[in-house]
Formats: sequence, structure tokens, C-alpha cells
Amino acid sequence: MPAPDTIVALASGSPPAGVAVLRLSGAQAFAVLDALTGQTQTLPAPRQMALRALCDPETGDLLDRALVVRFAAPNSFTGEDTVELHLHGGPAIVADTLAAILRCPGCRQAREGEFTRRAFDNGRLDLTAVEGLSDLVRARTAAQRRQALSAAGGEAHRTILGWRDRLLRARALTETLIDFVDEEVPDDLLDAARAEVAAVAVALRGALDDAAAGLAVRDGLQVAIVGPPNAGKSTLLNALAGREAAIVSSVAGTTRDVVEVTADLAGHLVVIADTAGLRDTADAVEAEGVKRALAAMERADLCIEVRDLTATSAPAAAEGLDSGRRLVFWNKADLADAELPAAGIVGSAASGQGVDGLRQAILKTARALASRGEHAVIQRSRHRTAMAAAAEALDLWQQPGLSEEILASALDHAIRALDQVVGASHVEHMLDIIFREFCIGK
Amino acid sequence: MFDVIVVGGGHAGTEAAAAAARLGARVALVTHRADTIGEMSCNPAMGGVGKGHLIREIDALDGVMGRATDAAGIQFRLLNRSKGPAVHGPRAQADRQLYREAVQGLLRQWPNLEIVADPAAALLAERQAVRGVICESGLELRAGAVVITTGTFLRGLIHIGERQIPAGRFGEPASNRLSEAFDAAGFRLARLKTGTPARLNARSIDYAACQLQPGDDPPEALSTLTAAIVNPQVPCHITRTMPAGHALVRENVHRTAMYAGKIAGPGPRYCPSIEDKVMRFAEREHHQIFLEPEGLATDLVYPNGISTSLPEAVQLAFLRTIPGLERVEMVRPGYAIEYDYIDPRELGPTLETKRLANLFLAGQINGTTGYEEAAAQGLVAGLNAARRAGGQEGAVFDRADGYLGVLVDDLVTRGVDEPYRMFTSRAEYRLSLRADNADQRLTPRGLALGLVEAERAKAFAVKTAALVEARARLRSARATAMDLAGHGLAEKADGRTRVAWDILARHRNEPERMLAVWPDLRNIAPKILDQLAIEAHYEGYLQRETQDIARYRQDEDLMLPFDLDYAQVVGISTEERQKLLHTRPATLGAAGRIPGMTPAGVIALLRHVKRRPERSAA
Repeated sequence: MPAPDTIVALASGSPPAGVAVLRLSGAQAFAVLDALTGQTQTLPAPRQMALRALCDPETGDLLDRALVVRFAAPNSFTGEDTVELHLHGGPAIVADTLAAILRCPGCRQAREGEFTRRAFDNGRLDLTAVEGLSDLVRARTAAQRRQALSAAGGEAHRTILGWRDRLLRARALTETLIDFVDEEVPDDLLDAARAEVAAVAVALRGALDDAAAGLAVRDGLQVAIVGPPNAGKSTLLNALAGREAAIVSSVAGTTRDVVEVTADLAGHLVVIADTAGLRDTADAVEAEGVKRALAAMERADLCIEVRDLTATSAPAAAEGLDSGRRLVFWNKADLADAELPAAGIVGSAASGQGVDGLRQAILKTARALASRGEHAVIQRSRHRTAMAAAAEALDLWQQPGLSEEILASALDHAIRALDQVVGASHVEHMLDIIFREFCIGK
Repeated sequence: MFDVIVVGGGHAGTEAAAAAARLGARVALVTHRADTIGEMSCNPAMGGVGKGHLIREIDALDGVMGRATDAAGIQFRLLNRSKGPAVHGPRAQADRQLYREAVQGLLRQWPNLEIVADPAAALLAERQAVRGVICESGLELRAGAVVITTGTFLRGLIHIGERQIPAGRFGEPASNRLSEAFDAAGFRLARLKTGTPARLNARSIDYAACQLQPGDDPPEALSTLTAAIVNPQVPCHITRTMPAGHALVRENVHRTAMYAGKIAGPGPRYCPSIEDKVMRFAEREHHQIFLEPEGLATDLVYPNGISTSLPEAVQLAFLRTIPGLERVEMVRPGYAIEYDYIDPRELGPTLETKRLANLFLAGQINGTTGYEEAAAQGLVAGLNAARRAGGQEGAVFDRADGYLGVLVDDLVTRGVDEPYRMFTSRAEYRLSLRADNADQRLTPRGLALGLVEAERAKAFAVKTAALVEARARLRSARATAMDLAGHGLAEKADGRTRVAWDILARHRNEPERMLAVWPDLRNIAPKILDQLAIEAHYEGYLQRETQDIARYRQDEDLMLPFDLDYAQVVGISTEERQKLLHTRPATLGAAGRIPGMTPAGVIALLRHVKRRPERSAA
């Protein structure tokens, strides 16, 4: 077998950021580091971080002055020779360095999950940590823990097995018609199979709908704070989060991007996003912020619209949202003497008035989602993918005029899709999927 | 000194001997009687759903079964005609005598194949390897590889009512000494059971009381080398059992060995005796019976559907309750037979035993049932025995190559708990593995292995060229929706032109309509057009299957060393360790197919193997 390629990818979050880490793994990793550092500098000793000037091996242009560290096989995450470049996190620096590395012989961009896959293949990783227990280990809140335990206790497992059994039965009925021709079998077997398939298809679709709730438990309730500029959104975020998370100033348009804070609200994971003020603007950067705010609003499970009681008139920002996802916080009640509105919570982010009431309202939404999500069969995107594939395969049964072997083949695909959740039929495939999910962002 | 010794002259043995002979090996076919070579011990029919696929695959590798069936066929029917072509089952009634003669005639054409009429009694083995066999007469034969295909002869025991007769087949002695030899070598042997119905005299049957079942006209041949079916074609007849007969069965069932508890081995669930049918499906008033003629020059009739081991007198009384059989003469009673088989998990995917090198097993001895299943194994074993004798590596067919790969893999990785029969549902890549494309799938492989002789090589080249040419023409011929509408082919009028290939895919059963649009395609031979229509029909469904096959082969590529020390594998359960030790799977994929293996177990195994330094260096 030829030596596998040397792979490279960004191991930290996407730039811009303070530091961006590029990771290389494979036989050429040290050679690439040598090429980048050039002849005048030595390679640092393994496992010791050192400052090096990195230059493009072709042009000699300086790319960055970076902290570099190398790990010699097998004492690395992947079990291969590994190099990490801790670059300054500007997008141009990262892009240029990556491009220079990719021009080196034997190097290519890593596929999703590939570092983890190599670690596993080289015996550097225990798979029990990957799937079943990983959620439990990561569970940060009580609700997450309950969901993880319910999955471990086999509730989802049992439900899926039940569907699988029904599909196996439908398949058996169909196969009987194929393999036992010339025998005296009832001629309505296909109708019976059709009934089983229809029942499972409905259940699968229902579970896929509940999946959103399941993900909310795992990833947290997504809350977006929206509203016009200078309504006090960032101040409210700080009040809710209990720490200085967003930059607060009274200059309109300070928050030009989306700032996220993760909070534990009475055992529920809540991700609160502070967004740019919504207004028409000529400033390109601010306009981008407004665009992102609208996207965050779209994604959110709950939107808190902050309205300024001292402002004379401001258009409602979250008009399009259904009332279940929208909550109005009338801010600056301590400064205003306007008539109090009928709906929503009145208070002051600055003084803390009404913030507790708002917390309770968020918690109520989180609890409602959690009670649905804790029992959602589909908790991981791997499960969701498998079930979506099964549901899609079963769609073939809706088409008229298909012969038995094609219907049976669709059933086989659906069953094997469910097998990936509750059993194994295709080991390599299952592993690939696991690693894709396990190692997000590498 | 031979290269290959084949013990047994049934369907596995003849196919094994012929395969080895085609490879040029010096072959001895050792059997107790030369005149029963190619005998059909049970029903006089070949093929069917799944089994027909196997015959086509054997034929694609230039085996004898398809050609012999065509030479002996007296009624041909394509089963499952109303379903898609992937599950069509070509089947033929064969004249028992003509079949034997055809097989024996084919075997005579290889000067390097010698028939030795002297029953094998023992294996010549040295240092965990087999070097030949010793015959009953004391004759010692030595060879590079030995294939054992003794069917139901190993400690065969026939049951008819309270009577028990040691025999391998009706009137032929069992082979007990070989069984002892396997025992002594440490093989895991167990018992299975099967049965056969009484044979009837056609002259005593009132066919007017039965339903006529004619064959297809024209008949569809099993072998691609057959130009035409020349035998006169005869019909079968259908009748059924009656409640009076069921009452007789119930009254006497305690007199059968099975119900008296004297038989331990399980029988096939898909081929129950009439006793089982009556006892297990008490609500049924009738069971169907096919009256199948055993040949053109014989009055023997095989009543398919009522295999039995009732006492002889009860059998006759039972038969005479059946419409059309009121005055029937029973030529020979039905019987149940118990026999030894060897746990097929003792074998690797070349059908060589893991316990003794150079020893191959094929057919019913591996726990299968059916002529076709036996023949397919015979071919694989004969091929590999010749390669072994010639110092070459094993040649394995996998589950995506064909039904014969599915068969062998099921046997060696999963074992059997009842006689194993092929069904199309066992083949996960069924839409690709069709009876119609067996030659396209396997003949190139057969050519590469040296299994295919000149006549077929030439015919295959001609056919392949015709397919390539016609395919290109069908893919390039275009017409507008308006042209098509003019010929009664409704298509959406979207201004786009249509390709003949797609029209053929949608109108597979009425190629005339497509040919009316493109008259210059009429000179494509009907057989070629039929085949391409099937190909076009499934094309849209095959993408998923093709991906699945690629993934499957990825697991198959990860070979597990035969000497793997499973005690060293961390993270598998004791039960899994047992299963792995029992089977010693050849690949990671095969390990995953062992019943009871969990995903975590397979992954632990993967980790262990990937960790072994010799693997990473490989």
C-alpha cells in the first residue's frame, strides 16, 4: 500500500480570530515544515513550541512569524508525524500559508473527520469514546444528561428496532412473492407489505420533525436578541449572561457582528446571540451585520425583540415571526414615562428590572422544547441522516407500477439505513459517518 | 500421480472435475459407480428462481450444468415472468437418463480426466495436509489437491416408516469410512435430513382429472451456447391432496422416524414433507402437487410436493386419495434420509478446509441442498483445487460477483442450521446480479482464470461486440416528443429530443413501438435488444447498488490473517471471540456478517488488525 497523503486543515475555528492553528499529518509533515522554515532555521525539537519565520517555499515571501510545534510518530494525535502551525489569525495569512502547503508534494486538504479517522486507524483513539459515551461526557446541563441517558437506556434504540422489524416483515412478504412463485401463497401479500411500509414511513417522518427539538436539547436553545440600534440589546445580553460578554457603548451600531453567549439557565443550555441593530445603513460593514442579524433571527428558537420605551417611534423588527417564537422586552422603563404596553415584559436592562421575568420566559420555552426533545428518537445528526435516507427509500413505494424486486430493493436500503443506527452492516461506511460527526472543525 | 482427485460423481463432483480439467489439470474422478455419474437423485428439474441464476453463472464460467440441462430438457418454463427480469427464474424438467448421458458425454471430452470406479475410503494425510485418497480396494491415489463431494452418502440413513436402511441414495451403499476419517481428523460433523417422494407409474395416472401445465413456447435455454432445444417437449400436470389423505397422514404420523423422535437433524423449512405440511398447517384442506415426468423413454413420474417417510403401505393409500391417482401404482416409496455434513465454517472462501491443506469440500457435504448449489460449489472447489495443485493463489468470487459468491460466503461465514438453498433475497446486489447478464459478469473472469474454452470464448466475443455496437446505436438515436407521439408513445412535449435507449427502458416489453420510431434499429438481433432493454430498465436503480458494492469491497479488501490470535484482541466480548475463533473469517467484511457480531466488536477487530506492524508495513 502506498503511504497515505499528508493532510492539512485548519484545526481551530474559522478566521478572523486571534490565533489560527493549521495541522498537518502524514509522512511529509516534517519536510513541509522544513520547506516553510527554510535553510537558515532549524526544526524545533519534537513537542517543543518554537517561534519560526514561515516563508513560501516557492517565492520566498514571508508568510507569518508563527509558533510551531511538531510531534513525531507514533506520539501524536493521529499516530503519524504531525505539525501544528499557530498563525496569526488573519484570513489572508491563513489562506496564503495553506496554499503554500498544498503546493508541496504529497499534500492535500484533509477530508472531514480525516484526522480522527487516522487516529483511529492507528490505534490512537478508543471508539467507545466516540459514539455512545461522547454525548454523556460532553453533557453540560441536566437536560442534556437526561437525553443522553435516555438514548443510552435504549429508548431510541427500541423505537428504531420496532420500525426495522416492521420493514423486515414487509420485506419478507415481498420476497415471498419473488422467491416462492409456484407455491400456494396468498396473493394479497403486497398489500400487507404496503400497509407496513406506510405506517413506518409516517412514523419516520414524524420523528424527523421532532428532530429539531432533539437538537435543541443537545446544542442548546437558540435565542436571538434583535431590535433597532441603541435599544439596549447588548446591555440586556450582559444582564442575562451575568458578565460583560458584548461590548456595550451608547454609539449606535456598535455591535456589527453576532456575539454569542452560552448560559446554563436552571439546567437548560441556552445560547443567546446579540445581533447588530436593525436599520437601513449605508455602511457596508454595518449592512453585513444587519444581514447576519436577520439570519440569526431566522435560525433562532426564540427571538427577544428589544424595544426602546424612550424612543418616539420604531418599527417592530420581528413582525414576520409567529408569536411562539417572539417575545418583546420593553427596555429603559426607568427612563421613560410613556404609557405601558399591554403585551411583553417591561423592564430595564441597565437596572436589572424585569430581567428575571425575561429569564423565566426563556426558561419556559426551553422546558417546552426539552420535553419534546428529550424523547425525540433522533438525537444525533447521524441518526437523522440514516432516517432521512430510510424515509427517502420508502418513498419509492408511492410510485405506481414498480415491480416487486425494485420495491424489495428499496426496503433493503431503508433497513440498512436503520442498521447503521442500531447495528452494523457496512463497517467502513458507519465509521466514516461517525468520524464526520465526531470531529467537527477538526 | 494426479493434480486433482475428485471424490463423488454428482453435480458438485462432475462440475469440480470438469473445472479442474478445463484448467489442464490431470484429474481423477473417484466414484463408486461410473454409470451413475450425473445422476439426479431427487426431482427431475433444474433451475428455478435463484437456482436458475446459479446455472447461468456456472454456464458463464463454461461449466457443464447448463449445457447438460439443455440437452436433457423436456419442458422449459421461465418462472416469475410477471415480475422484473432480475428475478426471472429459468427452469427445466430434465430427462433423468438424457441428463446423465449428457454429463458423462461432456466429461469424456477431456483426455486429462480419468474416471476411477472404486469408492474412496480414507484420506492420505501427512503433516496437516492431504496428499491423496485410499480406495476400498486398497488402491492408493496421490494428488496435489483432493475435492470431496459425497452428497448424502456420509453415514447416510434412509427412513421409511419404522424401517431404517443405511444407504447414500436408494439402493446405493452409504460411505461410512470417509465419515470416520473426517471425525478422526477433528472436523465438526453434524446431521441434516432431507426427503423425497414416491415415484409413480405414468400409465396408472388419470391425467384427465389433473390440470395441464404446458411449458414455454419457444423454450428458453439455460446455456448461452445452446442454439436450439431439440428434445420433444412434454407437459407437467397439477393435482392436489384431499382431506381424506390428510386424515391418513394424521393417523399414521407417529409411525414416521421424524415424529417418533428418531431423527435428530433438522430438515429444510422450505421443502417440508407432507407430514409437516399437514401437521403444521392444519387449516389447509389441500396442498398442490406437480406431476413431473422423469423422462421421455420412462413411465416414471415424480409427484413434487409430497415428500414423505410414512410406511410404504400408508404412502400408497395416501396417494390413492389424490384426484387422478385413484388407481396409481407406486414404483418406489418415498423416504427421508439423514446424513452427516461438515460445518462449512471449517472452510475458507476457496472451499479449502482450514484444518487440512489441499482438501476441498463441495456440495451437500457442506450443508446445502439442491443440484445447482452443489454444482456451483463444485466449480469453485475444482477451480481452486487445480490452482492449489499448480501452486497458484486461491480465486474467490465475492457477493458482488454473483450468486455463487453469495452462496460460498454465506456458507463459510454464517454456517448452516438447515439445508441451505439459494434464494434471490440472499443476494443483496440482486438488481445487478441477473440471470440475463451472467455471461457479461463472469465470462471475462472465467477467461482470465483459464476456465473458459475456445468455443465459448468465441461466442462471448461475438455477443459482446454486438451488445457494444447496439448499445451505442440506441444511445445515439434521437427523436422529438412529436415523432414519438405519432407512434403512440406519449411523452411530455417539452421541446427536448428523446434517446432510443430511454424509450426502450420505459417500454421494455414492447420493443416494437420503439422500433417503429427508428426502423433502422430493426437489424439489432432480438436477443441483443432484449438484453439491452433489461439493462436500460434497471439503469436508474443501479446507482445506489453500485455505491453499496464499492463500500462492500472496501471491507472485503481488509484481509484478516488466518493465524490471527483472537485472544489478543482487546474490546470484544467472550461470545464474539468464540464466534471469531469458530469461523476465522477471511476479511473484515466477513467478520461483520457473522451473526451476533456487534459493530463495536468489528471495530475492535479493525483496530487490532490495523495496529499490527506487518499491516502498516504492507
